[in-house]
Amino acid sequence: MTSVVIVDDHHLFRAGVRAELDGLVEVLGDAATVEDAVRLVVEAEPDVVLLDVQMPGGGGVEVIRQVAAKRPTQRFLALSVSDAAEDVIAIIRSGARGYVTKTISGAELADAVRRVAEGDAVFSPRLAGFVLDAFAGAASLPPAEVDPELDQLSPREREVLRHIARGYLYKEIALRLGISSKTVEAHVSAVLRKLQLSNRHELSRWAVERRLVE
Amino acid sequence: MSANIGAVPAEPLRRDVDDGIVAGVCAAVAKRLGIDPIILRVSVVAATLAGGTGLLVYLLAWGLVPEKGGRSPSWARLVGRRHTWLTLSGITLLLLSVLLLLRESGLPFSDAIVWPLLLAAGGAALIWRQSAAAAAPSEPAPAVPERVRPDRPHDPLRALRLPTPALGPAAIGATLVIAAGLVFLWLNDALAPARDVILAVLVVVAALTLILAPWWLRLVRGLSAERAERIRSQERSEVAAHLHDSVLQTLALVQKRAGDPRAVASLARRQERELRAWLDGGRPEPGDSLAASLEAAAAEVEETHGVPIEVVAVGDAPVDERGAALVAAAREALVNAAKFAGGAPVQLFAEVGEERTEVFVRDRGPGFDPGSVPEDRRGLRESIVGRMERHGGRAVVHSAPGAGTEVELVIGR
Repeated sequence: MTSVVIVDDHHLFRAGVRAELDGLVEVLGDAATVEDAVRLVVEAEPDVVLLDVQMPGGGGVEVIRQVAAKRPTQRFLALSVSDAAEDVIAIIRSGARGYVTKTISGAELADAVRRVAEGDAVFSPRLAGFVLDAFAGAASLPPAEVDPELDQLSPREREVLRHIARGYLYKEIALRLGISSKTVEAHVSAVLRKLQLSNRHELSRWAVERRLVE
Repeated sequence: MSANIGAVPAEPLRRDVDDGIVAGVCAAVAKRLGIDPIILRVSVVAATLAGGTGLLVYLLAWGLVPEKGGRSPSWARLVGRRHTWLTLSGITLLLLSVLLLLRESGLPFSDAIVWPLLLAAGGAALIWRQSAAAAAPSEPAPAVPERVRPDRPHDPLRALRLPTPALGPAAIGATLVIAAGLVFLWLNDALAPARDVILAVLVVVAALTLILAPWWLRLVRGLSAERAERIRSQERSEVAAHLHDSVLQTLALVQKRAGDPRAVASLARRQERELRAWLDGGRPEPGDSLAASLEAAAAEVEETHGVPIEVVAVGDAPVDERGAALVAAAREALVNAAKFAGGAPVQLFAEVGEERTEVFVRDRGPGFDPGSVPEDRRGLRESIVGRMERHGGRAVVHSAPGAGTEVELVIGR
C-alpha cells in the first residue's frame, strides 16, 4: 500500500485527512512544523508527503528544500486551502508534483496520492487554471526572449490543461481528445517540467496583473 | 490596506548619524521634506557665514531632534547628566571669551548683545533641562518590544499637563530669559521711546517662544503617539466586529443545525467565500471584472441550491454588454446544473482570450439527450442559447445519459 506522511499545522485537519485516508493508503505519521516534518520524512521514508502550502517557518517550500538535501527522490503533493496563485506556483516550482485543494474527497485524495507515488503529476482544476494563467503572458513576449521548450505550452498541453480546469478526469480527457490516458499523463508531466524549469513565469499574466499593477 | 497606510502619521523627524555628515540634522530634515540634503547643507553653511544664524539653528536642531533608534534628543541626554553642568559652565566661559575676543578685534559685538545672550542661554538651559527631565520617563525604552509594554489606554491629558516639579526652576529660567530680553531692550534704548514698540513685541514673542517650545513639542509628540494608538485600536475593533458578524455567527448557526450536514456544508462554504473575499481586500468589484462577476453568480446559485460550485478563471476583462450577457447565460447554466446534477459538484471554467471569451459549466449529474429537450423549456432555449445568439455568441450543450452535462458558452470580444 502507498505510504504517506501528512504535514499540516492544523491539528484538526491532520486528523481529518488521516481518517479519510484510513484503509486507502498507509499513513506513517504526521507533523505540524517544518522541523518535525523534515525529521519524520527522512526517518519514515514515505512514498508521498502530503504538504500544506502555508505553515509557520517557511511553509511547504521550506520542507521541500530541506528534505531534498537529504532525500532527493522524495515525492510531494501539495494540499491546501490557499487560493493565492503565487503560493501555489511557488510550491510546484520547488518540486511538488501536484496541488489539490482541501475540499477534495478522501477517495480522490487517495487516488491522487497513488498517482504521485507512481511518478505522475496531479493537477486539480484550480492548479490547471493557475498554470494556464501563468503561461498566458509568454505569448506577448518578444519571440527572441522566449524559449519554446520551456516558456510556452504546446497547443495539446493547453488543451489538456483546459479540460482539467473544466473538471474532466484524465480518462475522460483521453476519450475526448482521442489519445491514451498515458499520453494525457505525459502532457501533464511535461507541463510540470516546464513550470519547474522555466524562468519566464515571473513575466506571466498573473504576476503582472495581480502583483505589479496594484 | 493602502487606505490605512495613508492614515498613519508621517514618520517622526529622526536624525540618522550614519546618513549625516555632522549629526544628521540636514539629512533628517531633507528626508522629511523629500529634497536633496545637499541643498540644506549649503544653506546652513551659507547662513553660518552670513551672520551665524545657520550655526545657531543647526545646534538647536541637533539638541531637539531625537536620534534614530528611539534615543532621546542629545540635548536631553546631555543635560540629564549632572557633570554636564560643569561642561555647560565651561562652554559658557569659552563662549564669553570668544565674544570678548571678537569685541576687541572690532567686530560688532557689544555689551548690548553679549550679556543678554548669556542670560538667555542660561535661562533657556534651565527650562530645557526641566522639560527634558520630565519627558524622559515617558519615552519608550528602545530595547523593549512594543507588545511588552502594558496595554493601558494612553491619556492625552498627560501630554498637556505641565511637569509640576519643573515649575520652580522653570520660573527662574523664564525670568532669566525675560530679563535678558529687557536688558537687551534697555541697552539698545528701546524702552524709553515708544517708537521701538514693534521691536519690543518681537523680542517678547521670541522669548515666549523659547519658553513655551518644549511644552509645545511635547504636546505634538504626545498627540501623534496617541493618534497612532487610536488607529491601532480602531483596526483591532474593526477586525473584531467583522469576525463577530461573520465567523462567530456562522459557527453559532453550524452548532444549531448540526443535524443537517447539507446546511452545515453550505454555511461553511458561504463563510469561507466571504472570509476569503474579506482577506483579499483589493479584489475587483463584480461590475469591473468578468471573473468576479462569474464568481458572484456562482456564489449566489450555490447558496440558493446548496450545490458546491468551483470557479476557475483564466484572465479577466471588464464587463461590457456582451460580458453581462455571458454572465447571465452562465448563471442560468449553473442553475440548470445545480437543479439536475443531483447535488454533485459543479465546475465553472472561464477563459478570457485575445479574441473571445469562453465559459464552460460542467456537472457530473445523470446527463440527458440534448435532442430530446422540449421546445418549451425556456431555461435552456431562451436564457442560454437565445441570449448568447442575440449578442453574437453561441451556446452548445454537450451531454449524454450517464456522462454528465457541459454547457459551452463562447462570445467574441
